[in-house]
Amino acid sequence: MTVMEQRGAYRPTPPPAWQPRTDPAPLLPDALPHRVLGTRAAERVDPDLLRRLYAQLVRGRRYNTQATALTKQGRLAVYPSSTGQEACEVAAALVLEERDWLFPSYRDTLAAVARGLDPVQALTLLRGDWHTGYDPREHRVAPLSTPLATQLPHAVGLAHAARLKGDDVVALALVGDGGTSEGDFHEALNFAAVWQAPVVFLVQNNGFAISVPLAKQTAAPSLAHKAVGYGMPGRLVDGNDAVAVHEVLGEAVARARAGGGPTLVEAVTYRMEAHTNADDDKRYREDAEVEAWRAHDPIALLEQELTGRGLLDEDAVRAVREDAEAMAADLRERMNQDPVLDPADLFAHVYARPTPQLLEQEALLRAELDAEAGRPEDEPEGNAR
Amino acid sequence: MTTVAVKPATMAQALGRALRDAMADDPAVHVMGEDVGTLGGVFRVTDGLAKEFGEDRVTDTPLAEAGILGTAVGMAMYGLRPVVEMQFDAFAYPAFEQLLSHVAKMRNRTRGAMPLPLTVRVPYGGGIGGVEHHSDSSEAYYIATPGLHVVTPATVSDAYGLLRAAIASDDPVVFLEPKRLYWSKDAWNPEEPQAVEPIGRAVVRRTGRSATLITYGPSVPVCLEAAEAARAEGWDLEVVDLRSLVPFDDETVAASVRRTGRAVVVHESGGFGGPGGEIAARVTERCFHHLEAPVLRVAGFDIPYPPPMLERHHLPGVDRILDAVARLQWEAQSR
Repeated sequence: MTVMEQRGAYRPTPPPAWQPRTDPAPLLPDALPHRVLGTRAAERVDPDLLRRLYAQLVRGRRYNTQATALTKQGRLAVYPSSTGQEACEVAAALVLEERDWLFPSYRDTLAAVARGLDPVQALTLLRGDWHTGYDPREHRVAPLSTPLATQLPHAVGLAHAARLKGDDVVALALVGDGGTSEGDFHEALNFAAVWQAPVVFLVQNNGFAISVPLAKQTAAPSLAHKAVGYGMPGRLVDGNDAVAVHEVLGEAVARARAGGGPTLVEAVTYRMEAHTNADDDKRYREDAEVEAWRAHDPIALLEQELTGRGLLDEDAVRAVREDAEAMAADLRERMNQDPVLDPADLFAHVYARPTPQLLEQEALLRAELDAEAGRPEDEPEGNAR
Repeated sequence: MTTVAVKPATMAQALGRALRDAMADDPAVHVMGEDVGTLGGVFRVTDGLAKEFGEDRVTDTPLAEAGILGTAVGMAMYGLRPVVEMQFDAFAYPAFEQLLSHVAKMRNRTRGAMPLPLTVRVPYGGGIGGVEHHSDSSEAYYIATPGLHVVTPATVSDAYGLLRAAIASDDPVVFLEPKRLYWSKDAWNPEEPQAVEPIGRAVVRRTGRSATLITYGPSVPVCLEAAEAARAEGWDLEVVDLRSLVPFDDETVAASVRRTGRAVVVHESGGFGGPGGEIAARVTERCFHHLEAPVLRVAGFDIPYPPPMLERHHLPGVDRILDAVARLQWEAQSR
C-alpha cells in the first residue's frame, strides 16, 4: 500500500464526541429590550424606588449640565457627558450594596457620584490636577478607566478574590458599546464565566464610539448576544427606563451574589451630547436623530409614571430640583477655586520608596522651583555626580 | 551538628521553593498563569504547588495574558498578592496594556492609595534553542516603564532571595528569569535558612583591577567565563551583576568603574535602545574623569531574535567580550 492509499484507509479511534456544555437557549437575551415604564408591570413597582430614582436622575442631569458648563469656563479640561444615559448611571449605583465595587469608565463619573463620591473628587481626572481624586477603597469605586475595557478584568479579579476570601461582594463593571470590541472585553467575560466570578457587566450602548456607529462596531444581533458564547446569560434592557435597568441589574447582582456567576447586560440608550465638549457631533449624526431620542428621555419617562400615579406633586418636584441646584451650586463654587498643586507629588507615589534616581530628579525640580521663586539657591544638585 | 551532603538545587527549583515559602508564609500569595497548576509550569518552576496549596491558590488560567494580568490587578486591589507567570517573554506582549497602563501606574494615579503588590515572572532570553517567539530579551520595554521594578537573578541563591523580595514588595515587580540558567546549579543549599536579597543592590561577582564588565541575568556566567579567559591576556576583569535594573544601583557600578577606569556593558538585548545605552550614559556621567576609554557595549545584534540554528552568532560570547575589552585603549597603559 502506498502512502497515498494508506491515507484514505486510516481510521483513528475517535475520542468521545464533544458535547455542548449547556443549552444556549436560556442564556439568550429577549428579542426586544426589557421595559417596565409605560407597561402594566410599572404599577407594581415600589413608589419609594420610583421617587429615589427620580431624585437621582434629576440630580444626575443637573450634574451633567454643570460639568459641561465648567468646561466652557475652563475649569474642567474635558468632560464626557452622560446626558441621556442617567438612568444607567443611577441604576448602576443604586443596585449595589455598600460593600460592593463599581468599576467605571471615563464617562461614568455620575455613577460614582450617585454612589456617594464627592463630585469634586470624581472630577479630579477631568480637571487635571491629578488622575484619580479619591481613595478607591473609601466608596469601593475603582479609578475611572480611560483605556477602554481594561477595567473589566480588574472587576473580575476583584470579585474572584472576594469570593476566594469568602466575602459577600459583587463587582459591577461599566463599559460602552465601543469597548465591547476590545480584547479585554472578551478576556474579562471569559475569565468571569470560567471562574463563575460574582461580577455584572453593564454595556451602555449609546449608539456611538466617538463618531463610529454600532453597525461598524459589530455584526452581532445585539451586544447582549455575546454573553452566550461565554456561557453566561445576556440581558437586553431599555437603558432609558430607569426602573427596567434597576430591575435587570438587580437580578444580575442577586444572581452573582447567590453564586450564580456573571451576567452581561446591554442597556440600549443614546448619547445626547457630543463625545466630549471637544467633539463636533454634527460631522457624524443628524439633529433629527438626536431630537427623536428626546421623546424617550429617561427623566420624562419616569416623570410620566410618577405623575400618572399621583406620586409626584409640585412640592416634591420643587424639592428635587432644589436639591439638584444646591449640589450644582456647591460643585460650581468649589470647582471655581484653583486646586492646590504640589509638584513633589510627581515623585511621591511612583514607588513605595522613591528610587535614588527619582530623588535626584526631585531635587532638580525643587532647585528649578526655588530659582523661579527667587529663593536663595542651595548647592546645585545636578543629575551627574 | 551533622554535615549531610545536600543535592544541589537548580535555579528552577530555587524559584519554586521561593514561591512555596512565600505561599506558606502569607495566605494572600496566589500563583496564576498558563499551565502552572497540574503541569507545574512548562519549566516546572511551580511543580507541586497546586497539590500543596490547592487550585484556588495555584490557578491554571485561560490562555490569555492580558486577562491573566488584568484579573491579577483586581485581585491585588482586593488585598491579594498575585504572582503571575508569563509562559515565555514574547507571549507577555498581549499583557502590555495592563502592565503599562495599570500595573505600573495604579499607585501613582491613586496618590498612593492603591498600591499593587504583584509579581510578574517572565522567562526571558535565548540560548536554549527555542524556536521563534521563545527567546526575546524584553527588558528594555520594562525598564522604560516608570512604576515597575525590574529584577533578574543570575545565581540560584539570588533566584530564591530576589523572588522572595519581589513577592514581599508592595510595588509591582517584573521578575525576569534567564531561561538558560533554569537548570544551572551552584552552592545554594535549600536546607539552610534562606536569605532574602534586597531589591536594588548590584553585587560584584568577581573583583578585578583592569576593567569592569557590567552585566545581568543570562550574561553573568558568560562574563565570568570571559574574565577567567582574560587572565591569559593579562587582564584582571571585575564583573558586576546588576541583579536589579530598576532601581538601578549607580553607587556599586560607579564605584567599580572608578576603581578600574574602564567598562564594558554586556547583555543579550539589542544594543540600540537597549539597557546598555542607559548604563553607559550613567557611567559616563558619573565617572568621566576616571575613564581611560569610552564605555563599550557588547549586546545582541539589532535584529529580531534569530532561529535556533543561528542564535550562537547573535548572543554575546566570550570572544566578543574579550574583543571589546581589547578595544579599551590599552596602548599607552599598563594592564
